[in-house]
Amino acid sequence: MFAVLQFPGSNDDRDMVFAMKSVLGADARLVWHKDAELPAGTQCVLLPGGFSYGDYLRCGAMARFSPIMAAVTRFAAAGGPVLGTCNGFQVLCEAGLLPGALLRNRDLAFVCAPAHLRVERVAAPFTSRATPGQVLRIPIKHGEGRYHVTPEKLARLEAANQVVLRYCTPAGDVTDAANPNGSIGNVAAVCNAAGNVMGLMPHPEHAVEALTGSTDGRVLLGSLIDWAEQQTR
Amino acid sequence: MSDRNRSGSSELERSESGERARGERSEPLVDQTLAREHGLSDEEWQRILEILGRTPSYSELGIFSVMWSEHCSYKSSRVHLKNLPTRGEHVLVGPGEGAGAVAIGDGLAVIFKIESHNHPSFIEPTQGAATGVGGILRDIFSMGARPIATLDSIRFGPLDDPKHRRLLEGVVHGIGGYGNSVGVPTVGGETGFHECYRGNILVNAFNLGLAPADGIFLGQASGVGNPVIYAGSKTGRDGIHGASLLASAEFDAESDAKRPTVQVGDPFTEKCLIEACLEAMRTGVIVGIQDMGAAGLTCSSFEMASRAETGIEMDLDCVPQRAANLSPYELLLSESQERMLLVTRAGEERQVLDIFERWDLDAVVVGRVTGDGRMRVHWHGQTVVDIPVDPVAANAPLYERKQRVPADLAARQKLDLASIEPEADPQAALAVLLDSPNLGSKAWVWRQYDSLVQGNTVIGPGGDAALVRVKREDGTPTRKAVAMSVDCNPRWCWLDPRAGTIAAVAESARNVACTGARPLALTNCLNFGNPEKPEIMWELAESIRGLGEAAEALGTPVISGNVSLYNETSGRAIFPTPTIAVVGLLDDVERHAVSHFEVAGLAILLLGETREELGGSEWLQLRRGLEAGLPPSVDLAHELRLQQLLAEGVASGLVRTAHDVSNGGLAVALAECGFTGPAGVRIGARVELADGIRPDALLFGESTGRVLVATGNPDALLERARAAAVPARRIGTTGGSRLVIRHAPLTVLASGGPAASEVTSLIDAEVANLEAIWARAIPRRLEQAG
Repeated sequence: MFAVLQFPGSNDDRDMVFAMKSVLGADARLVWHKDAELPAGTQCVLLPGGFSYGDYLRCGAMARFSPIMAAVTRFAAAGGPVLGTCNGFQVLCEAGLLPGALLRNRDLAFVCAPAHLRVERVAAPFTSRATPGQVLRIPIKHGEGRYHVTPEKLARLEAANQVVLRYCTPAGDVTDAANPNGSIGNVAAVCNAAGNVMGLMPHPEHAVEALTGSTDGRVLLGSLIDWAEQQTR
Repeated sequence: MSDRNRSGSSELERSESGERARGERSEPLVDQTLAREHGLSDEEWQRILEILGRTPSYSELGIFSVMWSEHCSYKSSRVHLKNLPTRGEHVLVGPGEGAGAVAIGDGLAVIFKIESHNHPSFIEPTQGAATGVGGILRDIFSMGARPIATLDSIRFGPLDDPKHRRLLEGVVHGIGGYGNSVGVPTVGGETGFHECYRGNILVNAFNLGLAPADGIFLGQASGVGNPVIYAGSKTGRDGIHGASLLASAEFDAESDAKRPTVQVGDPFTEKCLIEACLEAMRTGVIVGIQDMGAAGLTCSSFEMASRAETGIEMDLDCVPQRAANLSPYELLLSESQERMLLVTRAGEERQVLDIFERWDLDAVVVGRVTGDGRMRVHWHGQTVVDIPVDPVAANAPLYERKQRVPADLAARQKLDLASIEPEADPQAALAVLLDSPNLGSKAWVWRQYDSLVQGNTVIGPGGDAALVRVKREDGTPTRKAVAMSVDCNPRWCWLDPRAGTIAAVAESARNVACTGARPLALTNCLNFGNPEKPEIMWELAESIRGLGEAAEALGTPVISGNVSLYNETSGRAIFPTPTIAVVGLLDDVERHAVSHFEVAGLAILLLGETREELGGSEWLQLRRGLEAGLPPSVDLAHELRLQQLLAEGVASGLVRTAHDVSNGGLAVALAECGFTGPAGVRIGARVELADGIRPDALLFGESTGRVLVATGNPDALLERARAAAVPARRIGTTGGSRLVIRHAPLTVLASGGPAASEVTSLIDAEVANLEAIWARAIPRRLEQAG
């Protein structure tokens, strides 16, 4: 079962449940941020996008103190997969579950647009359905998505294969022009050292139907479903 | 009352400080002079004395002044609005409630409305626009609908004015900052610029929500003894007299001093309020609910009691407050945002209060419904308001204001085309048009809006109309989609308010039809100058007349709307700007048309007729410096036939691309079809136009009732068009990287095919180059220094 956390101000929570459940056929449900425990049978935790607590202090800074986050931290420490998209990525960075921080976009404006992403790491549980170097078209929509770590830290993340996705051109070239927010190294997604916690700014839950623009989000969400099915077997 | 105990201790503190406050801030003496300062006429003052049989208290005077303001009472426009067609077989709720509702089948209804926030946005663009979005959202979800789509119509002065560059940036920031945070997609809109908005910008926000057809909530305080609940943000001192002194008066040099009347928005609270209200509505114990919008607690409580023919008794000491020492006058008139007033069944309010508590929102019982038709308000143990509901709410003054045809109207409409020098360089003209902020790309605006949240956006910003798939509240998708478009050509409305308004309705409906949807109903926001001037009143009355005619003829009843008057600064009014939003329904979302060419080798057909109409066109203004003439004529019967043809053509799969020909004419429309669309492709076209009219009218004239379509089966579509009595002709083919438009004068054709030498090339340009000009129209102007 996929637990989709619902913080006050989460916006893409219902969309994530729709993508996982109605489109991809998995068991997904909302979990209230004030709950102290994850529901029994939780195989994976999804932190959706939005503006938790209005993002008034700093993106994700308040949500990390929600009661459910202690349970999520324990779940991650035990090796359970945790995926944060957009605001969820910000929460995971604030909670110390992922390295780095997300700053105001380079041009200081919110941007909602399709983005091309090059897959840099192919591994369960998040990208097993992808091929190395595959280009995914998944939208971004954020005002504070500029991934930041020091250049030294980025080198360490790269060496440890923790950079999962990078912004690129439709042809797969990682260029400055293809970088929509000024993220260091064009980083769009990173994972922790153990590889079971990942954050990304793009929205795979908004790329699961051709009708609404793209199905490339299924590569990421589908990988998680594959992983969960293997655990159940 | 148990629910008061939650704030028991602070209540005590408040009443102590309140005692002090009364000593320090005694209420002013209420007399005719004070009434005038409140914007009430001498006649209205006399009427108040008659209704009460005594001099009103200070709070009561404040109530009358806001309830009888133009903004709340529609006192200048109501006599005209009452003639609009508001009924139809699908209409569930017409004007008079927070918004109108239309059935879309499957047990579902869409609820929608457009509303202005012009005056506040000029004074404080970011907060003014943000709270405009917040206000329209509350109108929608207060009726039980989840808001699923926002459109915005925004208009500014020229971008060479640094003030207007800042206003544009501020307004877009405000709309985005609020809309993005509440999780409602902004899927379309329009952005316009004109000298006439230099002193008054326009910010009109549209929202559409989805509700169960049998689960629509109304703003009614029914059931004597039922508790009245205040929910949402605490009350502060912001926005007092926003409706009366800000929105119902002209601007002048002192207007910046009105900044404190602008409210401040909190989208996070709004987001929680949406979820809490929708959850509370599912309990089945809510009897009535209304947003505290303009004139706050006063307007909502009076309107709810008036609709139910009841009264309300209320204790202001129970109202959650975020400022110390609020007077009863301030508590009643504050326009603090994100607040709702609810009535529940007596004894069952706990269920509702618990839901708000779960979302960390204030919710307290502040009063009871009474049966005596009076509003009685208590504060610190005194009765500060005791007035009958109906004379204030339902029987506000009504004015049949004087009208006069503007003295310069004939001069505006005078245009002798023969004396207008023909366009010598069509390609240069096309570049100038594409580079103008009115015709250029609006991506700079809409990239700052989340257009994807909720996962239903089939066609987002940049299309003729937005198309949003209908998904039930439990997440089950339906096959249906809702199309919507917001439109107005203010210059046409200035040249002829009636014809211009008819054209706006026709264009909005045509845009909706271009997706394949059938237009269902419309909402409108009438932005005009000072109605006390007979010329402005004439414009307003003419415009409403045109609105009624077009809505009737196209079968799109007017189910909601808003009137914004006094858009005037130092005596200079805006062009009449009746913003129209038509909403349509598409039965099978998989079968829809887009507004870009997506495939090479398709036939391009032009539906509708091109006449020699250059009056009021963009070309005439940009190339000849003239805003004159009569707007293009509109044939409403043709529009209906065209809509029907499009719906059938899209449903049968014949039409994949359909794009309305509007501002800038055929040349601009052809270029736009070729620009990079959501599918990521850019496609040229080869077009040959055979016609007897002057080439510049052919390229840039703005004749209405025309749509460009791309089809793989032109013969079948031409046959359908013939059967539908819609003029149609094949004009070219998609493909290549260039837009090539050639002209074969009709006289040559008539003599048996054009001789090669007589076919002239009007346009021959790389689409990529045209797109680059178009894409930079707004950004390059914003990048100017200052």
